[in-house]
Amino acid sequence: MTDGLSNPEVPVPEELRGQVAITTLDKVYNWGRRSSVWPMMFGLACCAIEMICTAASRYDLARFGMEVMRPSPRQSDLMIVSGTVTKKMIPQIVRLYNQMPEPKYVLAMGACASGGGPFKEGYNVVSGVDRFVPVDVYVPGCPPTPQALLHGLMKLQQKIDGQSIRSVRWYRKEASESIPVPILGPDLIDPRDIPHIKAHAPAESPEEAQA
Amino acid sequence: MSEQEQSTVAEPLEVHFPQAVTPDERKGYQGYVVATEALPEVATYARDELGYDYLSSVTGVDYLPEGKTEVVYHAYRTAGGPALVLKVQVPREDPVVPSLVGIYPSADFQEREAWDLLGIRFSGHPNLKRILMWEGFHGHPLRKDYQEVYFEAENKPFKNRWPEGKVYRVEEKAPLKKNVQYPPDFTAEGWVPEGDAALYAGMGQVVAAEGGNGRALNTDQIVVNLGPQHPSTHGVFRLVVTLEGETIVDLEPVMGYLHRNHEKIGERNTFLMNMPYTDRLDYICAMGNNFGYSLAVEKLMGITPPERAEYIRVMMAELTRIVNHLWAIGFLLNDLGAYFTPALYAIEERELVLDVFEAVSGSRMMCNYFRFGGVARDLPEGVLDVVRELVHERLPRKVDELDTYLTHNEIIRARCVGVGVLPPEDAIAYGMAGPVLRASGVPYDVRRADPYSIYDRLDFDVAVRYNGDVYDRYIIRLDEIRQSLRILEQVLRDIPEGEVQTGKPQYQVRVPAGEAYGRVENPKGELGFYVVSNGKPNPWRYHVRAPSFINLTAMGEMCKGQKVADVVAILGSIDIVLGEVDR
Ligand code: SF4
Repeated sequence: MTDGLSNPEVPVPEELRGQVAITTLDKVYNWGRRSSVWPMMFGLACCAIEMICTAASRYDLARFGMEVMRPSPRQSDLMIVSGTVTKKMIPQIVRLYNQMPEPKYVLAMGACASGGGPFKEGYNVVSGVDRFVPVDVYVPGCPPTPQALLHGLMKLQQKIDGQSIRSVRWYRKEASESIPVPILGPDLIDPRDIPHIKAHAPAESPEEAQA
Repeated sequence: MSEQEQSTVAEPLEVHFPQAVTPDERKGYQGYVVATEALPEVATYARDELGYDYLSSVTGVDYLPEGKTEVVYHAYRTAGGPALVLKVQVPREDPVVPSLVGIYPSADFQEREAWDLLGIRFSGHPNLKRILMWEGFHGHPLRKDYQEVYFEAENKPFKNRWPEGKVYRVEEKAPLKKNVQYPPDFTAEGWVPEGDAALYAGMGQVVAAEGGNGRALNTDQIVVNLGPQHPSTHGVFRLVVTLEGETIVDLEPVMGYLHRNHEKIGERNTFLMNMPYTDRLDYICAMGNNFGYSLAVEKLMGITPPERAEYIRVMMAELTRIVNHLWAIGFLLNDLGAYFTPALYAIEERELVLDVFEAVSGSRMMCNYFRFGGVARDLPEGVLDVVRELVHERLPRKVDELDTYLTHNEIIRARCVGVGVLPPEDAIAYGMAGPVLRASGVPYDVRRADPYSIYDRLDFDVAVRYNGDVYDRYIIRLDEIRQSLRILEQVLRDIPEGEVQTGKPQYQVRVPAGEAYGRVENPKGELGFYVVSNGKPNPWRYHVRAPSFINLTAMGEMCKGQKVADVVAILGSIDIVLGEVDR
């Protein structure tokens, strides 16, 4: 275990090999985090079934230290957005994301979560969760096979490995901002769009908008 | 059944109501057109005198060119036999139809859906709110003149998005902000989102329930919300319950969090394009959904698949049933608190069947395997041997194993026996289907009652249990797995060689104008597809009668008087899949 952690440039005396590791803080910290990413137990649609299969015995997510699925956002590090994001559901997803403590990651599983997928044209479908929350890893597929999801999770581990506590956003001085929760209006309203809507609303009667 | 005897003496509808009921004479259509105001009377007569006690499907069709909106009802006799199709036509501008909730409670959610998506008002409906979209949403999306944010063209296939090698995305042509439909008087500041306050307030005003601990303790009623993100709701489903102490006084399911506009997209697709979308309805049972949709379109086209294809279809449908029931049992146990161990046993077997699906169709879950008039390709070599080994050796053993571990387990019995009881009359009235209906003592199975494909020559029993509680709904799934294995044995024995597709495989099928309702006994219950064609490459109307959705109608009834912990068990025993509930 210590072998992977040690910094090869610093020699360790023979008698202490295997017991002492000399390494950097970043490495230990990242190693700890990448080996126990707790996903949120949160299935949206068909992709969730493959997510469950990934966690089950054949594919066994536990090999990555990720089998502890938490139903509460407060205890989870990773949100696997496994399925179609609908307009009716996105306020809840944003709220859940805001409730997760940092460091937090988002994995968009499947075509729907990544970009709307087969249902993109639908009136109640958000074309990709990245319109509202920042996504770290996209896994293509409809649904992605468990192998693909595992690959995505390993990509996430790689991403974690590359991070440094000096630069990550959750150790900055200023508090991180939460994402404004979308409003269910006549259609979905992104609060960040309200100035735009205000500026254009009077001119935009439905007939004109379609013209 | 006595209703059937009566039905032979009772006058047929058009004789009994010479003014109000006329046969539907449009070409390719069936059933009767009923005068709007006479509908309740006609429905009551059909139920009480003709024995059509089971209202299966209610939906609407927007006939834009004729300026009419039609409401279509499909009713059945639980004794078996074909459908009675009733239609009501109202002007498109302000469609009002009398509600049938008082006569057939199963119309409840379906009428709300028709109001939500088609804007048909059902007068006399006790709770006519939107069901899939949120309150305050602008427009009724399934009306033919409704256009969504990313509207590109009326029908698919769309134009090339790579004209002269230049790729564009649809958002660029129709940017989100520009095409959103707001009512003309909309202002951003003036908008008060219709939150949950109204819903909760409505729930709090329940009169104190009779008896029970709650009254003796004189506790306050509290409203508790479960979901849409909750580990026991099997997806993004939400329940709002009013509690008195621990006892449920009232319960309202809230859904639509996975409403993916299946029907709107389906009406824009060509007929064949819808096949992969049906996979994503009840995503545990992709093959079963394919089956239902193929039947509906084949009825319209007037073709039947060759022998071998029929056998392959039934084989896939029954394997799907096994998979689904294993999954359902595993997750029911999860909900009871046996967290994940039994589910792992179930998932292990499921994986083996998924391997078969992957071999025949190329995908584990989204099979897209059926075609109109057959199946996409023949079975690859060796698959029959794998299925044989599963059916004869492995699965029977594993089912017995589950049976031994679970059926007489004390905790399971304590949590399930006598919980969430649904008497047979209620099960029929609420339009329950599948294992939920049969666990209440109604031996109604579409494979027997109205046989399709080759089910009429297969030897199997319709599983039935009589207590209608969670325990019976669990055990009936074991029974059904055993019956499916029995069917599979016969299929494996008799499967002939030959073609798997009638005629040439086609991308663009020609579907004559008319309507058809194809239904199959899916693992979760009667899955129906109502398809209207006007002779064009795209269906004019495409509606799914989703068993999970309609089975939730009785959820409130089953839960009242139970403890809050039982809600989760009852929901697990209904076995819903959100892709199908919300579509
Ligand atoms: S990507 Fe495909 S499988 Fe995943 S949720 Fe979307 S439709 Fe379902």
